[in-house]
Amino acid sequence: MASIQSATQLREKLPFNWGSLLRWLGIAMLLLWLIAPMIPLFIWSIAYRWFFPNILPASYNMRAWEYAFSPAAGALESLYITTYIAVVVTLLSILVGVPAGRALGLHRFRGKRIIELLILSPTIIPSLAVILGIHVVFIRLGIANSVLGVILVHLIPGLPYMTLVMAGVFANYDPQFEEQARSLGAGPIATIWYVMIPTVMPGIIVGGLFTFLISWAQYITTLIIGGGRVQTLPLKLFNFVSSTDYPVTGALGIIFIAPGVLVLLLTSRYLTGRSAVGGIGNI
Amino acid sequence: MTQVRLADLTKIFDDDFAAVNDLSLDIESGTLTALLGPSGCGKTTTMKMIAGLLRPTAGDIYFNDNSILDIAPEKRGAVMVFQNYLLFPYMNVGDNIGFGLKMRRVDKREIRRRVAEMLELVQLPGIEKRKPSQLSGGQQQRVALARALIVEPNVLLLDEPLSNLDAHLRDEMRELVRSIQRELQITTIFVTHDQEEAVVLADEIALMFDGVLQQYAPPAEFFEAPSTVAIARFFGGLNFIPGTLENGAIHCPCGSFQAPKSGVKAGVSTLSIRPEAIQLGGRGHNDVEGVIRSHVYVGRYARFRIDIGEFQVEAVTEPSQVQHHQDGSTVTLHFPPEKIWVLPPEEEHKDEGNESAG
Ligand SMILES: Nc1ncnc2c1ncn2[C@@H]1O[C@H](COP(=O)(O)OP(=O)(O)OP(=O)(O)O)[C@@H](O)[C@H]1O
Ligand SMILES: [Mg+2]
Repeated sequence: MASIQSATQLREKLPFNWGSLLRWLGIAMLLLWLIAPMIPLFIWSIAYRWFFPNILPASYNMRAWEYAFSPAAGALESLYITTYIAVVVTLLSILVGVPAGRALGLHRFRGKRIIELLILSPTIIPSLAVILGIHVVFIRLGIANSVLGVILVHLIPGLPYMTLVMAGVFANYDPQFEEQARSLGAGPIATIWYVMIPTVMPGIIVGGLFTFLISWAQYITTLIIGGGRVQTLPLKLFNFVSSTDYPVTGALGIIFIAPGVLVLLLTSRYLTGRSAVGGIGNI
Repeated sequence: MTQVRLADLTKIFDDDFAAVNDLSLDIESGTLTALLGPSGCGKTTTMKMIAGLLRPTAGDIYFNDNSILDIAPEKRGAVMVFQNYLLFPYMNVGDNIGFGLKMRRVDKREIRRRVAEMLELVQLPGIEKRKPSQLSGGQQQRVALARALIVEPNVLLLDEPLSNLDAHLRDEMRELVRSIQRELQITTIFVTHDQEEAVVLADEIALMFDGVLQQYAPPAEFFEAPSTVAIARFFGGLNFIPGTLENGAIHCPCGSFQAPKSGVKAGVSTLSIRPEAIQLGGRGHNDVEGVIRSHVYVGRYARFRIDIGEFQVEAVTEPSQVQHHQDGSTVTLHFPPEKIWVLPPEEEHKDEGNESAG
């Protein structure tokens, strides 16, 4: 106890805390990095008459925003369906990725390397070829052009991330904590709930965040499997980009980017956590 | 009130390595038994099998004559405290200690009350809100002990729970463990590789080498009547002289000695005598001539190394003896008959106990 006290006193006596300065600098850089790209988008979204070579538009109005939030644009509907798909994909990835990552990280078994390669393969094999193949299968199964089909196809890039992050986390996991819990009176399910999940939570958050953003940003997979019927934000956005209505594109762009930035900021403390770093470092 | 019986308990790892081999123990209800042995001899493996965390390869475990092999660990009423305490790092001390009660759906306020009580008991009052990472190793061990005791187990399994305490605190905690165990009458099995700790604490000691039970007896017997040379060595025995036992006397190359106490009947055997039992100066019987090779003055006592023919023995005596005996001088040693213990002849591979005894 004495040593803890004196350490605190020592820290208080120091004239300046360089560690915390560095931390704040880092956070400021991160904010800049995330928010800077949104600035021109925002200017575009409220610009009225913006001609070369002017640095700023001649005047502003809210037409693009009004349109973006009007039912005619369908942006809100897209926002809803994109969020819905990303959340379901994330939950499914957690459900599969945590046990799979546990098996990979905790146990040694024959053929483990091959399984790891197989898990990685969606990120190695050109996705277009895979997706076209899957499309054919999905048509047969009758789930092409449906939200379900899109969710399933988003799992292909999403699940490997989740699994590998969790494998990294479980490689540093001591299963004796579970034995201790059992011995103290916890059943198998209580042990998962009170011991395993809290311990690997930073990994679940980081992996879930990745998976959410991967699903959120899917374009080609949604386009092909959704057959244009499932209009997620990236598809919507692309429509407006090609229609050259830059203010509306700008507004939609912000709607598209903002949630990702928000999620990232809210969970940033887990990204710097040791278990998260361990997880990524182990890939 | 739980009596524990291990019957031919065996655990084989990787198809051919027997970490625990044919272990049979009968542990009386409410006693404290020390599982003693050098590192890697299978102590933790045994404890985990009793706790239900490892399934034995063969054999059985009985609590009060009922086999518990098919009972889940959380339902056995046996709680294990691990060697490395394993406090849940994301919970504070209070939640750690209260964990077992929470699993038993005890009322929150009751849990809080009993946690405070337990912390008093292990002399760490009022630290409920601290995180395990803010505690010293010794404090963590005491919290781990409290976390096990709070559920009032029938069988308490302690895997070296005092190894990280400094000497003063360790004595205090030994007392504490002993008094709690006596008071609550918990059948306790206690792992240690420290023979002194086993002797101080235990009612019975089960000594294991390489997964095999060597001797299971009250502490004094390991000093007075060890069953092999290796056991005697593990308990600090140093003096072994080969000989032949015949009609209550052992005949060694250096002489013959009356030896009424023996672990063998007759034939080829080993004379053993503890260093503190050897007396400098003859008594007319059971004497032998030796040459002092060296001595150390320790303050509380003196230690002599003495050559007897081709054998060497150590004698621990009053410190004043250094004034009467110089190195290189001849001395008559007396082996009191009742202090001689005759053992079976020493086996070839004998070293494992010896090395880790210190
Ligand atoms: N899961 C396992 N797989 C293979 N071998 C194991 C396993 N667990 C333990 N062993 C081996 O079994 C032997 C006994 O191990 P155990 O942990 O019971 O020793 P111990 O007596 O507790 O030692 P220590 O005093 O060092 O804790 C050791 O040689 C160990 O390497
Ligand atoms: Mg051990």
